[in-house]
Amino acid sequence: MYMDINDIIKPENLVYTKPRLMNDNPMHYCPGCSHGVVHKLIAEVIDEMGIEEETIGIAPVGCAVFAYNYIDIDWIEAAHGRAPAIATAVKRLNPKKMVFTYQGDGDLAAIGTAETIHACNRGENIVIIFINNGIYGMTGGQMAPTTLEGMKTSTCPYGRNVALNGYPLRIAELVERVDGTCYVTRQSVHTPASIRKAKKAIRHAFENAMAGKGTSMIEIVSTCNSGWKMTPVKANQWMEENMFAKYPMGDLKNV
Amino acid sequence: MAKIKGAVVVNKERCKGCELCVVACPSKVLALQPAEVNDRGYHYAFMQNPDACIGCASCGLVCPDGCITVYKVKL
Ligand SMILES: Cc1ncc(C[n+]2csc(CCOP(=O)(O)OP(=O)(O)O)c2C)c(N)n1
Ligand code: SF4
Ligand code: SF4
Repeated sequence: MYMDINDIIKPENLVYTKPRLMNDNPMHYCPGCSHGVVHKLIAEVIDEMGIEEETIGIAPVGCAVFAYNYIDIDWIEAAHGRAPAIATAVKRLNPKKMVFTYQGDGDLAAIGTAETIHACNRGENIVIIFINNGIYGMTGGQMAPTTLEGMKTSTCPYGRNVALNGYPLRIAELVERVDGTCYVTRQSVHTPASIRKAKKAIRHAFENAMAGKGTSMIEIVSTCNSGWKMTPVKANQWMEENMFAKYPMGDLKNV
Repeated sequence: MAKIKGAVVVNKERCKGCELCVVACPSKVLALQPAEVNDRGYHYAFMQNPDACIGCASCGLVCPDGCITVYKVKL
């Protein structure tokens, strides 16, 4: 049966649109960047849980420094790596609020490692969303603690050499061993199926925080196609072929 | 069997031409404009093959910039 496109494009037939809490500001992220997908999932989860008035995000230093420009909730911008410390204070002073951090791997796994591990060890009732793209995106693609062995960046142009630079740091495995965490999972957002799973993980983490179960960390293995010097489509393939071996998908802890 | 028809609307000024929606679509509906660009200079996505759309929303889910709205009807 022939159907005119204008008979399909009607409000009653809507199945998907930009999340209500994501505003119309054009995002500064590079084309195809994983940050945008994760922003959408956070906005959807907050909307679906009906907690937009109760949620406070702590933004990092890194490409996501401007997260507060895109999701219409309350935000605080932390100094580099300090988001879990700020989140701790905010949550302790406002125990009914839903408090989460959003951090890259330069922010969380380098300068902010101590804050992260201690917040997890104290079992703060917060959610840590950790974007692991294996590189410092914002500053021009330098090596991060998470950079893969052999991976080229502007500060290791011949590839990361473990003899010189150490091993890629697996943060999820570290915080899984710490008693204060209740949920540690590793997800990705490169396919429709993985995006649906990552959203469920974010929702579960938010529910844990509201129930006072301890710290939840969602590591999202991500791309930085500009820093990796690939197209967005190629970067997703490269991530699957290279990052997933070192950073395997799935729950590490769920108590 | 009920037939399903879908359609998408791309916010062409918001689109950055990343191509992620094009590869995510199982029905090969979408393409990037070969010549035309938006105000910011990106070759934006459009429905090249609208009849094939099944309204699955795969494109919408993967779009980092929230540019795609998806509609679906059961015939
Ligand atoms: C105290 C301090 N040291 C260093 C910097 C420089 N700096 C800005 S962003 C960044 C790293 C960002 O990388 P990442 O956290 O992986 O986030 P991405 O940009 O990749 O999303 C660094 C080192 C800073 N702003 N403040
Ligand atoms: S809704 Fe599904 S079939 Fe239609 S364009 Fe998007 S991905 Fe393709
Ligand atoms: S995924 Fe979004 S930004 Fe990328 S080409 Fe498609 S509509 Fe444009």
